[in-house]
Amino acid sequence: MTSAVIWAICLAPLLWLILRFREDGLGANPIEEFTHWGGTSTLILLLLTLTVTPLRRWAGWNLVRYRRRLGLAAFFYGLTHFMTYFALDQFFAFEYVLEDIAERPYITAGFAAFVLLIPLAVTSTRGWIRRLGRRWQRLHRIVYVAAGLGVLHYLWKVKADTLWPMVAAVVLAVLLAARLKPKGARRRKARVGR
Amino acid sequence: MLIRVKNAGLDVPSSEITPEETYLNRRRFIAAAGAIAGGHLMAPALGGKAGRAYAQGGQDFSDATDELGGEVNTYEDITTYNNFYEFGTDKRDPSRNSGDFQPEPWTVEVNGHCARPGTYALEDLLAPHTEEDRIYRLRCVEAWSMVIPWRGIPLADVISRLEPTGSANYVQFKTVVRPEEMPGQRRRLIPILPWPYLEGLRMDEAMNPLTLLVTGLYGRSLLNQNGAPLRLMAPWKYGFKNVKSIVEISFVEEMPRNTWNVQTPHEYGFYANVNPEVDHPRWSQARERRIGKLLRQPTLMFNGYGDQVAHMYAGMDLTRWY
Ligand code: HEM
Repeated sequence: MTSAVIWAICLAPLLWLILRFREDGLGANPIEEFTHWGGTSTLILLLLTLTVTPLRRWAGWNLVRYRRRLGLAAFFYGLTHFMTYFALDQFFAFEYVLEDIAERPYITAGFAAFVLLIPLAVTSTRGWIRRLGRRWQRLHRIVYVAAGLGVLHYLWKVKADTLWPMVAAVVLAVLLAARLKPKGARRRKARVGR
Repeated sequence: MLIRVKNAGLDVPSSEITPEETYLNRRRFIAAAGAIAGGHLMAPALGGKAGRAYAQGGQDFSDATDELGGEVNTYEDITTYNNFYEFGTDKRDPSRNSGDFQPEPWTVEVNGHCARPGTYALEDLLAPHTEEDRIYRLRCVEAWSMVIPWRGIPLADVISRLEPTGSANYVQFKTVVRPEEMPGQRRRLIPILPWPYLEGLRMDEAMNPLTLLVTGLYGRSLLNQNGAPLRLMAPWKYGFKNVKSIVEISFVEEMPRNTWNVQTPHEYGFYANVNPEVDHPRWSQARERRIGKLLRQPTLMFNGYGDQVAHMYAGMDLTRWY
């Protein structure tokens, strides 16, 4: 049952896209619409991936075994989003893409976020988890950086209306803060260690 | 697209017939073009009073192009893909959220340095002048563009009648503020933009023969999402200069602030002339996507209207005055 719900969450953006397409074929500027869809889906799934740990810690609800699925879904939408930009929007115009990555901070941030997600997706398999051992955990903390860059990318992209990027920033801040160990807990742990 | 041709009483794709009126309008365009050829006015100017009555039901522009051969965008695209933040920031918001807006009756306040200030009913402001249809490119600062058959009157005609004085160096325009009818103006927390939306032109820009006060498009009255009942169109400038639903025209001495310049001064200037060589700080302006086309195309200096407008900026550093 839980598994089915997680699958539904991962696939919900595709359903939304289909409904949107049936409505008006993505409107007058489908490439723009598709880009926004991909970016929004990536960010939402990334944030959902980051709720797994706080849910376990604060609600005692353990979804850790579905975390990989959520993370890979985020990566899948991120890949779609990047390819929309690269293949459709820029039509493989390398010189413009490189210029964008080098000179436009919002593209630089988005691109960095996407690149950082690649090693995480690659090492998400059981084999890599075993092989990397403790280092796997450390490596996958990169997801915090990727999510931060994703929010920054969104914030830097909008022209005037920062409401939704701000909402995303607050959500991310709450999710990250929920990981900090309370002061007391850390001290207690330290004493035990001694 | 299919337009019902009212007078003909036929229900056929209008592209298959050329009504006499259109034929006559084309002749008039040719005559008009000849008359202004000295002024290098290349924009197709069709229409006139005779054509107006016919065109209430919509005129056939489906095969029309601008003077560079760019096909006119569909009525649907022009009326569903809009930036009009008073109704929301999504491109579809203006067409979906503008149903409550009442563009009639409408008055325009004229004030500042002119001999004939006052509050004008829209009909009175426009009545003495002849409407024309003109096909212009619209280039948005977001790097997309459309080709649109506007209907309007040259702003210069209206301004001349209002008799600005010698100290009227600039013209400022103001969009209506009606939070009850414009959902985008209702938000308190993090307002979308400071309202009212303000824009301005230098007097010579306002008097340029290309500059229109627009009342319609595709031969029909403007829809709310396109800035009903009265908007500006200066086609060599980025779209945001073309203030919509105008309620006030002020003749002022100093360069007025415009809303986007107030919002983000280092990204949006007063002039906002289309310029492929001066990038927006966050994206390139070298190319644009014509709505309805897959591939981007090069952006033209002054949006292709350099012959008519470049002289106004001779000697100006357009990197500084972006
Ligand atoms: C994890 C990585 C990324 C995340 C979370 C992300 C997220 C987003 C979000 C939320 C939006 C705004 C959607 C909207 O306005 O509705 C967006 C827009 C956009 N993103 Fe990304 N993005 C990422 C990576 C990238 C990459 C790698 C590129 C290209 C190199 C890119 C290019 C764009 C572009 C071009 C837009 C549209 C800008 C516009 O329409 O003005 N993004 N992205």
